[in-house]
Amino acid sequence: MDWPSAKQLRDKIKTGEVGSVTATREVFARIAKAEPIVGAYISTFEEAALDKASEVDRRIAKGESVGQLAGVPIAIKDNMCTTFGTTTCASKILENFQAPYNATAVAKLLAADAVIVGKTNLDEFAMGSSTENSGLKRTANPWDTKRVPGGSSGGSTAAVAAGLCYAALGSDTGGSIRQPASLCGVVGLKPTYGRVSRYGLVAYGSSLDQIGPVTQTVEDCALLMSVIAGYDPADSTSIDEQTAPVGDYLAKLDEPVKELRIGIVPSFNAGADEQVRNAVDEAIKAYGNSGATVLEVDMPHLDYAIAAYYVIATAEASSNLARYDGVHYGHRTQEPNDYIEVYTKSRAEGFGKEVKRRVMLGTYALSSGYYDAYYLKALKVRNLIRGDFVRAFESCDCIMMPVSPTTAFKIGEKIDDPLKMYLSDIYTIAANLAGIPAISVPCGFDNGGLPIGLQILSPAFGEEKLLRIARMYEKQTDWHKKRPLITDE
Amino acid sequence: MDKRIDESQVRKVAKLARLELSDVEVKEFAGQLSAILDYVARMNELNTEGIEPLAHCLAVNNVFREDIAKKSLGTEKTLANAPQRDGAFFKVPKILEEP
Repeated sequence: MDWPSAKQLRDKIKTGEVGSVTATREVFARIAKAEPIVGAYISTFEEAALDKASEVDRRIAKGESVGQLAGVPIAIKDNMCTTFGTTTCASKILENFQAPYNATAVAKLLAADAVIVGKTNLDEFAMGSSTENSGLKRTANPWDTKRVPGGSSGGSTAAVAAGLCYAALGSDTGGSIRQPASLCGVVGLKPTYGRVSRYGLVAYGSSLDQIGPVTQTVEDCALLMSVIAGYDPADSTSIDEQTAPVGDYLAKLDEPVKELRIGIVPSFNAGADEQVRNAVDEAIKAYGNSGATVLEVDMPHLDYAIAAYYVIATAEASSNLARYDGVHYGHRTQEPNDYIEVYTKSRAEGFGKEVKRRVMLGTYALSSGYYDAYYLKALKVRNLIRGDFVRAFESCDCIMMPVSPTTAFKIGEKIDDPLKMYLSDIYTIAANLAGIPAISVPCGFDNGGLPIGLQILSPAFGEEKLLRIARMYEKQTDWHKKRPLITDE
Repeated sequence: MDKRIDESQVRKVAKLARLELSDVEVKEFAGQLSAILDYVARMNELNTEGIEPLAHCLAVNNVFREDIAKKSLGTEKTLANAPQRDGAFFKVPKILEEP
């Protein structure tokens, strides 16, 4: 089975060649077939989606102007607030929560006339690297349904890979867009911190979180970024237009970057599986053959990124998740003996194990007597890591490395060893700590037919150039055109 | 083996985090958190003398706006998800002790 990219579909819908209603019906037909196995969605909105699709078709037929994503079926990770349906964060504590406002990124999709298919599954509160921590359901990797899709945006990446939507939004705090994108063979971008509004994104690690596109192609990624990027007065951490204007991501996308300099860190790559390393090396060689210079850069602090992250992110999470107390919204325990038990029992009943673990870790790291040794120390290490990137980018335009040390692992393989699971993030985490943008693009498959991703990192607010660099490789390859067999059955 | 975080510390932290844990969970978490903290301790290999803590990547500070009241959610939307409500109030068990 095959289907067009989001931009190709958008163009056909705008000319009237294809109706959004037809495209939306096809998506829901694929959902009916594949969802019992893939389980990418927590909720879907078939009726509302078809209503929107026919509204778009009607407006086009009348010659009215429509938005940049006119009629394109898109999915949203279920940690982004929507006034329609529920926003569960894949947690029992928010299982029936109906958000009173739309996240800014969602509002922008709606204003662009996108058709919202549904809310996708994730690791609970975005904490995880496999989507196995979801408190509500399991998502399988469409390439091998005994394996994980990655996480925490596993629902979004599985949905895009299996054609259950044309593109999706994910969120990335330590790799949660890029790692599952790599495991599912799709494109995933974590924008520069502050590039996309976090208003309405349920907070996990406030200094690390970013919403980003999950797409079939680099061009679709540029299209989605055009819609969601930009200053938002409702998010005090979003960057203003003067300091960092939003570029035109589509205009020069196909223009290669001349005299491209690529930085690599061979000693760091050594930690990845052989087939992953080979695929990434081959991809970098392809750039070299096109005229790019590849040089080694010294980044001595990358080895400490995971340690710093699991203190900083968990510390921020312990604060951000304090609001789930059974008082204003979400699950409340049935028979509390006093008001303290409203908190302690509601949280105990509502939170899954990984969430509890991270809240505990963060609380400990911030507590009196440990604050300096853990939290403050981690913030200093963060500064050293950012320094590594600042120095490296003096001599190169981008850095390339693997996304994930392995291809998709088996369901259940790492779930009993939290630390083993955390080490899946080894290549993605540093970009969140440094606040820089990073993208995962498909660069091959292993002997088992499992996707491998190439990661490209660039200086802050360099998304325009980053997308062009990614597009240079995509143009020469057709990894992104392969479809998982499940879509044929 | 001496755990980096023992069970009594786990209980203390759970109390701070307002999480009720079973005895089995306390034991499990003590082991897992100790292993994670052992890994995290590698940061001590780095000399961070004179390095400023970096809490935030953007050079954006003190984002203010004019103190003018704008449109807000309103009572109904705000209380729509309340587990228990009493008119315009969220209802909770008694907080103040009897005198």
